[in-house]
Amino acid sequence: MRPAALLSGLRYLGGLGWLSADAFEAVFLEPFRAGRRGVRAEPVFEQMARVGYASLGLVCLVQFFIGVVLALQMAYILKKFGVTEYVGTVVGLGMFRELGPLMTGVVMAGYAGAAISAELGTMAVSEEIEALRALAISPVRYLVAPRVLAAAVMIPCVTMVGDFSGVLGGLLTGWGALGVAPGLFVRKLLDGLAVSDVLIGVFKSLVFAVLISVISCREGLGVDSGAEGVGRAATRSVVYSVVAIIAADCFFTALFHALLGR
Amino acid sequence: MGSEDRKPIVVRDLVKRFSGVPVLDGLNFTVSRGEVLVVMGASGCGKSTLLRMLIGAMPPTSGSIEILGKDLARLEGADLDALRMKTGILFQSGALFNSLTVGENIALPLREHTRLSPETIGIMVKMKLEMVGLRDFEHLMPAELSGGMKKRVGLARAMALDPQVMFYDEPTAGLDPVAGGMIDELMTDLNRKTGVTSIVVTHDMGSAFRIAHRMILLFRGRAVAEGTPEEIRASADPLVRQFVGGLADGPIPLRVSRKDYAEDLLGQAERFEERL
Repeated sequence: MRPAALLSGLRYLGGLGWLSADAFEAVFLEPFRAGRRGVRAEPVFEQMARVGYASLGLVCLVQFFIGVVLALQMAYILKKFGVTEYVGTVVGLGMFRELGPLMTGVVMAGYAGAAISAELGTMAVSEEIEALRALAISPVRYLVAPRVLAAAVMIPCVTMVGDFSGVLGGLLTGWGALGVAPGLFVRKLLDGLAVSDVLIGVFKSLVFAVLISVISCREGLGVDSGAEGVGRAATRSVVYSVVAIIAADCFFTALFHALLGR
Repeated sequence: MGSEDRKPIVVRDLVKRFSGVPVLDGLNFTVSRGEVLVVMGASGCGKSTLLRMLIGAMPPTSGSIEILGKDLARLEGADLDALRMKTGILFQSGALFNSLTVGENIALPLREHTRLSPETIGIMVKMKLEMVGLRDFEHLMPAELSGGMKKRVGLARAMALDPQVMFYDEPTAGLDPVAGGMIDELMTDLNRKTGVTSIVVTHDMGSAFRIAHRMILLFRGRAVAEGTPEEIRASADPLVRQFVGGLADGPIPLRVSRKDYAEDLLGQAERFEERL
């Protein structure tokens, strides 16, 4: 890699770090300072409805398919060893710990990430961001912080609901294709799933949520050249978010493997 | 402290270069309290750049800007915010927040910077809208307004915190003569009633002469003429005459290339020959 490209990559990551720190400060530190305002609740709820509630159906649909695919893929090998009842364990572990957070993250990168960067990008083009600054209203506190906060709360929730949808997909597939009764499926699922697995899944989706929202806000606020720039920002925010999510997933899977041995 | 130091706006030796090319090249001016200064100049002469620097959106390459006694370059964080609450700007497009209604646009700075109750803010919003003659439009979205109305709402929003200094970026650009005339009327009215110190950046000569107390003409990054509207109108300076009269012929060149034309063509020919 050329040194210039490496440096601009580092600068980009640094910018994301600054923006995250500023958003964190606006949410958690600013309300406790004398004479300063924290993030208002109203826009946070509005964003939560937009990020979380509106995307629920889509996420559940995708997760359902993932559950079906997971069960079908494992069916062959489980049959070979004569342990088809373990389909519940595989689907439970796979959904809650790995594929649930990851696939929800990818869906949300496209669903919420592109919307955030396009919206902020359009605001930047029409001088709205500059107007905010001129009115002494910090764009980070007013626009970025509510979006990051809403994503951090809602994406893990949506992930959890989606996980159950995926389990349902796996359960129905196991029942229909492998003849594993739902009761047995659930029992095996609960046997194989530790609380730490679920918590790791929630933690990962929280990290993904922050990555998606910060990257999308950064891309949106950075738009400086009209409609073309907005389009580019939306594309970049999705691509960068997906790459960041998968990289983070890889890192945490390795980390937890080293720490917990599973 | 001399009398000049008490002026609300003092600009000294302001220079702005974009990758080495000077856009503003040693600009000096002051604005007195309650005065309306019109900055004129052809497109691309650095007017918008000047305005962006005045609101602290862009740092100058060198020189200083002092607003209400504060050096803009040294302000940051809470101090910069405190100054921005005392200044207002009307953007060229109006820059209304498109996701908020007209009323919410005006209420936003009040909600963010005051501890007033929602009822009080509601009353203030109505008053600000009445001031620009749009009280019935409180619940419309910006997309439903005409260009002139957007600017009037933008003006009401900029005045929400009762600033001491106002900046106007091409306030009449893109408006029909009647809507433009209304904006002129509003600006003059506001200045008379509130004594707000104003800088108006424009190339609309009709508007400039209607509202200005004093005018400066920018050319090649410098102030080449300065005076009252009467003085500017009576000026014998060919540059001023060309600009005020809107003449194509005069010292302001039609072509803006910095490179010599013959050199440019010959250079092209030489490169072509080299390839052969």
